[in-house]
Amino acid sequence: MEFTSAEVFAQQVLNGLSNGMIIALIALGYTMVYGIIELINWAHGDLFMLGGFLALTILGALGLEEASGPMAVVAVLVILAASAGFCGTLNVLADRIAYRPLRRAPKVSLLVTAIGVSFIFVNLGLFWGGVPMEVFSGGIAAAAPKDFPALVPSRNLLGTDDGVGFTLRDLLVVVVTLPLMLGLWWLVARTRLGKAMRATAQNPTAARLMGIDVDRVIGSTFFLGGALAGFASVVYALYNNTIGFQMGYRAGMDAFTAAVLGGIGSLPGAVLGGLLIGLIRAMSDQYLEARWTNALVFAILILILVFRPSGLLGMKQREKV
Amino acid sequence: MSEAPVLLELRQIRAGYGPVDVLFGISLEVRRGEIVCLIGANGAGKSSTLMCISRINPIRGGSIWFDGADVTAERADRLVPRGLAQVPEGRRIFPRLTVLENLEMGAYCRSDADGIARDLEGVFRMFPVLRERTAQLGGTLSGGEQQMLAIGRALMGSPRLLMMDEPSMGIAPILVSRIFEAIAELRDRGMTILLVEQNARAALRLSDRGYVLETGRIILSDTGASLLASPKVREAYLGE
Ligand SMILES: Nc1ncnc2c1ncn2[C@@H]1O[C@H](COP(=O)(O)OP(=O)(O)OP(=O)(O)O)[C@@H](O)[C@H]1O
Ligand SMILES: [Mg+2]
Repeated sequence: MEFTSAEVFAQQVLNGLSNGMIIALIALGYTMVYGIIELINWAHGDLFMLGGFLALTILGALGLEEASGPMAVVAVLVILAASAGFCGTLNVLADRIAYRPLRRAPKVSLLVTAIGVSFIFVNLGLFWGGVPMEVFSGGIAAAAPKDFPALVPSRNLLGTDDGVGFTLRDLLVVVVTLPLMLGLWWLVARTRLGKAMRATAQNPTAARLMGIDVDRVIGSTFFLGGALAGFASVVYALYNNTIGFQMGYRAGMDAFTAAVLGGIGSLPGAVLGGLLIGLIRAMSDQYLEARWTNALVFAILILILVFRPSGLLGMKQREKV
Repeated sequence: MSEAPVLLELRQIRAGYGPVDVLFGISLEVRRGEIVCLIGANGAGKSSTLMCISRINPIRGGSIWFDGADVTAERADRLVPRGLAQVPEGRRIFPRLTVLENLEMGAYCRSDADGIARDLEGVFRMFPVLRERTAQLGGTLSGGEQQMLAIGRALMGSPRLLMMDEPSMGIAPILVSRIFEAIAELRDRGMTILLVEQNARAALRLSDRGYVLETGRIILSDTGASLLASPKVREAYLGE
């Protein structure tokens, strides 16, 4: 097949946007938690990784690796719900056990604790990969990447094999991530919980004076952010057909960069940043060289932190009392 | 007045920050329908006292009674539905919530939609400028408007005791008188108020009783009129 350069470019834009939506979903969890307790949740990417492991475990346990047609749809829905619930709950537990006792401590203590939680999660993933199940290669080579069942075929929805491909998997990304983003926006903008979250972020003392149970609101924020990472992990696994205990590191770095690029604390910023990082990655893979891509993302992170720490949509300065 | 039942009572409250003690056994009471004011120099511990009552600051000794119940161990957010509201020092409005959302947060613990709507109307009648600004972000209001918003927000909780910490601080004189009018209006409606003020003269004129706080201790307490006449108060707090 011969692709014209315009087709190649269009294809990379599509790939970039699909990956960008997944990155954005993870970035939302970073930005929500940062917005409410000013914690850079170092463990967030690794939470995402564990979501993928849970999904694979469930598929293996229920014998759904080969599911197709309606069964595949059911399987996808089951692992989406399970991973979201699992990651949300795990994030709440991390807050309860590790972060809540440090509410009045310096922010550095909180960050170091999050790095510790990250280590725990990564090693949990490593251990999990060694579980003697068929889906984990029978428990041999725990650290090796695991194949994730291709429940969603990569059939091109635009017709034939050549030209630009918008596959069923790209559609999956849109169908899962877009409603979640809109739902999150509605929740934060319109609901009682959303207003309590914003009030707590803006002035926790005043929030308590309003009768808001601040710890519960923070817990809910951790749950929502974690659940989004859980959804993202399933979409990622179905999109790429592979998971591994180290995948949280790169995904986390991409998503964190996206959150900072968009303006950490800003929800629209996280989505914009995610899409931009997705596009930049795709373009770098295509026109630069794939091995430079991670370095490029890292360079972007450093440049923003140095020259525009408030990001594209972030507040110039935070009016914290 | 003094026959009305006690709504708030502090018994020997001790509190501080880190290794430093700042309150050394504060005892005071506020009866239903009273306006009680707490005056004292900068750093005397007035704000700390209010923050202890709201259970934002931890207490190191003593007890707090609200409406006949010991609330010393109660959590801050549980005191609000019991009827305790505070307009904190520095206003602490939510800068990136709209004026209306700020007011809604004041009613966070309530579910009586009719009552909330009635109180919202009451707040707008008291501070008409807020009605014109419902969609504006709280942080973009002027200082005086923010103070009105903070008072309105506290009133939205339909409190039984309203505590105000220096509501006239840092506002234009014309608005200061508007704020004091509002306090008088609330008093006439029977609201119980614990008022902390720098502007001791205006505060004492409005108050039934007052306490004078000096470095974490109550050194005087009397009716508002007697305190206004007291040589010690005149000299130390009224600049005479
Ligand atoms: N967060 C804090 N950390 C440490 N010390 C504090 C803190 N807040 C207040 N203090 C100290 O506690 C003492 C009482 O302060 P507080 O704010 O209660 O006084 P105040 O009477 O309200 O004064 P002002 O009229 O200036 O508002 C002061 O010595 C103050 O320095
Ligand atoms: Mg004060």
